[in-house]
Amino acid sequence: MPRISELHINGTRRRIDADADRSLLSVLRDDLDLTGSKYGCGEGQCGACTVLMDGQAIRSCVTKLSAAAGKKVTTIEGIEKNGRLHPLQEAFLEADALQCGYCTPGMIMSSVALLTRNPAPSEQDIVRAMEGNVCRCGTYPRIMTAIRKAARTMKG
Amino acid sequence: MIKQLDDSIEVERYELFAEPTYHFNFELERRDFFKLLGGGLVLVFTLDALASQEPERQGGESGRRGQANSTPKEIGGWLHIGEDGSITAYTGKVEFGQNIRTSLSQVVAEELRIPIGSVRLIMGDTDLTPFDMGTFGSRTSPTMAPQLRKAAAAAREALIDLAAEQWKVDRATLGVKEGKVINGQSKQAIDFGKLSKGQKLVKVISDSVPTTPADQWKISGKSHTKVDGRAFVTGKHRYTSDTRLPEMLFGKVVRPSAFDASIVSVDSREAEAIPGVKVVRDGSFIGVAAPSAEAAAKAAAAIKVEWKSEPQPSGKELFDYLRKQAAESPRANVTGSIADGFTQAHKKIQQTFTVAYIAHAPLETRAAVAEWNQGKLTVSVGTQRPFGVRGELAEAFRIPEARVRVIVPDTGSGYGGKHTGDVAIEAARLAQASGKPVKLLWTREEEFSWAYHRPAGVIDVSSGVRDDGTVTAWEFHNYNSGSSGIQHRYDFPNSKIVFHQSKSPLRQGSYRGLAATANHFAREVQIDEMAHAVKMNPLDFRLKNLKDERMKAVLNAAAKAFGWGKEKSAPNCGCGIAAGFEKGGYVATCAEVSVDRASGKVRLVRVVEAFECGAILNPDQLKNQIEGSIVQGIGGALFEQLDFDNGTIVNPRFSRYRVPRFSDVPVIETVLVDRKDLPSAGAGETPIVGLAPAVGNAIFDAIGVRLRSLPMAPNGVKG
Repeated sequence: MPRISELHINGTRRRIDADADRSLLSVLRDDLDLTGSKYGCGEGQCGACTVLMDGQAIRSCVTKLSAAAGKKVTTIEGIEKNGRLHPLQEAFLEADALQCGYCTPGMIMSSVALLTRNPAPSEQDIVRAMEGNVCRCGTYPRIMTAIRKAARTMKG
Repeated sequence: MIKQLDDSIEVERYELFAEPTYHFNFELERRDFFKLLGGGLVLVFTLDALASQEPERQGGESGRRGQANSTPKEIGGWLHIGEDGSITAYTGKVEFGQNIRTSLSQVVAEELRIPIGSVRLIMGDTDLTPFDMGTFGSRTSPTMAPQLRKAAAAAREALIDLAAEQWKVDRATLGVKEGKVINGQSKQAIDFGKLSKGQKLVKVISDSVPTTPADQWKISGKSHTKVDGRAFVTGKHRYTSDTRLPEMLFGKVVRPSAFDASIVSVDSREAEAIPGVKVVRDGSFIGVAAPSAEAAAKAAAAIKVEWKSEPQPSGKELFDYLRKQAAESPRANVTGSIADGFTQAHKKIQQTFTVAYIAHAPLETRAAVAEWNQGKLTVSVGTQRPFGVRGELAEAFRIPEARVRVIVPDTGSGYGGKHTGDVAIEAARLAQASGKPVKLLWTREEEFSWAYHRPAGVIDVSSGVRDDGTVTAWEFHNYNSGSSGIQHRYDFPNSKIVFHQSKSPLRQGSYRGLAATANHFAREVQIDEMAHAVKMNPLDFRLKNLKDERMKAVLNAAAKAFGWGKEKSAPNCGCGIAAGFEKGGYVATCAEVSVDRASGKVRLVRVVEAFECGAILNPDQLKNQIEGSIVQGIGGALFEQLDFDNGTIVNPRFSRYRVPRFSDVPVIETVLVDRKDLPSAGAGETPIVGLAPAVGNAIFDAIGVRLRSLPMAPNGVKG
């Protein structure tokens, strides 16, 4: 079984030694101790594991390590810059768009991907982009508010 | 027959009275352990004062486990002021997303007149926090908030006493501000930390200590954003499932082929041959611990087990089964004479309602990290009952509770589903056998299949109404789902209300709101049907049969905000209303739906909910709970359902069990009715009860189809 020895995570090259067949999520959490990305379902249906791969939102629980090799991976730990929160992180805090917070990293990563490719999304655009992320606590309306607010902030 | 140990615990908390899953057979060891707090001022309640807080709850507070049927033996410190002035408050409650970490911190900050950021709240640690029976039942706001408020107020008064003694002045000249005691006249000031001079001072909290009245709150009663919110939006907060300890192993349990299956034979040689893997077999428990999650999964899969199980009912037979298995001679709650009531009625309506099993499906599946150290067991676990689980662990491992510590990190939700200690016991057994810490995280399939679920039920309602809208007779039978919310606030002169216990094919227990969702659905839909039978506006019909002013207030508030009574906006659109009362909170829900006749798809357009729970501790947090309850309620109302057959759950994953998503959410408006003149009630559950009936009534208004089964439209509405 081939092994992968390096991953590009949050702007840094990280040494690993892992089976290429393992899920990216398990390597992030168990090998690199980047536990911000969460296990929610293991079948790509809840979005708690969402990270960016070359800017696209992917479900790391169903993405093999081999697919991530050589690509730029960004996790929730990587979107804060020099101690300053990303506008989406600020917006989630202001809107109190979380309760238990378990879905929050995945929600933020999916919305980063959305606003990167579509800086002025309509309500429908947001719903469609976020449909794969589950919040069991039901904070969807607040997350919508947070995304709208961040979109305005990011447009300047 | 289900044991009922204590009348104060709702009968449908079946998980608290169930037999333990595992009976271990290993050998015992013995050691002792105890812990001390450092110097400073420690505030404690007397046993009597604690008993007066929850008189009706002191009995079987943890069901079979924990210190059942006795008052808590340890008093526990509630608040500590360090020599450096740091304020630490302690509570046995846990944070699961209801955000009591924030509202309780507000209460402490208020009484000590300090910024909320200066309060550190230690929650859910059986070594550090006072005994608590569990975070459920919407009890935190009505009971824990006042307890912490008294503790903080007592600390304030004790600090003033200390300063008065030190300065030899009348305490009436002293006040507190910004972490200091201040003499208003001489302007002398002294930091809180300096007053106790590094000694451990134990002061008893008097039940009559002066606390700040609600109409003078400056910190409580305000919307404060989530304390520690930053840790959650950055992914830095460590849930149980994120814990990492040195030399930690990963656990995995081999699950039976069906519920109540027994082992015929086990061949674990292949698994045992995998390097670093420890296989554990003890009674009905089969599990592995391995250096990686992959190795653990591989080892578990390599164990060959032959199981034997009995045939079990399928979902198709569920409601007949619940009726047939109902216990005989249940207690009936009777008012007046049902026979007379029906005689006086002009119209009689008889209907049957059904409610499916649904899953809590918390986004963080249950997890535990267990470690044995010199005979003491420490388990980090996401549970709503740390002290109950401590008791379960002590019982499972046959050690005193003093040698068990349960710590609950802020957890990825539970909704009533994480009361029992299954995952803690499993992790601890694997840690015991392997001699290393073990982390065990249930998969989503395990979470759907092996946790307990919200009970299913059958409800028969017969009611009689006069043409002028007066309800004269009300007979209500609930089979299996429970008796929460079976009593109502209406003014029905003749009623017979009965809860029938039954046998359940699935493991069942507490869920947000318990049976109140089922009972409110049946009641509020039946009431709607009666209103239509006498051609009366459903709002007016309810108001006519109510004397309870608080109930009327939320109904009117919701109706007003919703614009109730206006003309229909479009064909196949409709509006519905429902009223609810549970756990001291009053709710009224109005819903607007739009039905696509061709596909049968129900779209929830708009929901307005008015809620009143006495004095509000944190308005925005309350709104968040109401909105969350509404969203969660949509699932149970329209499409959530556990399918089962012959001892297995058929749809144990999100691809087969539909949960509410972004596209399911209507426009939601909440109306908060703040009653600063009334004590605070809880709000974690009650807001969910009005959603299903309001939606059901709206669907009837839209297309004339009356739906009486939850979920109402898993594949759209037919007809």
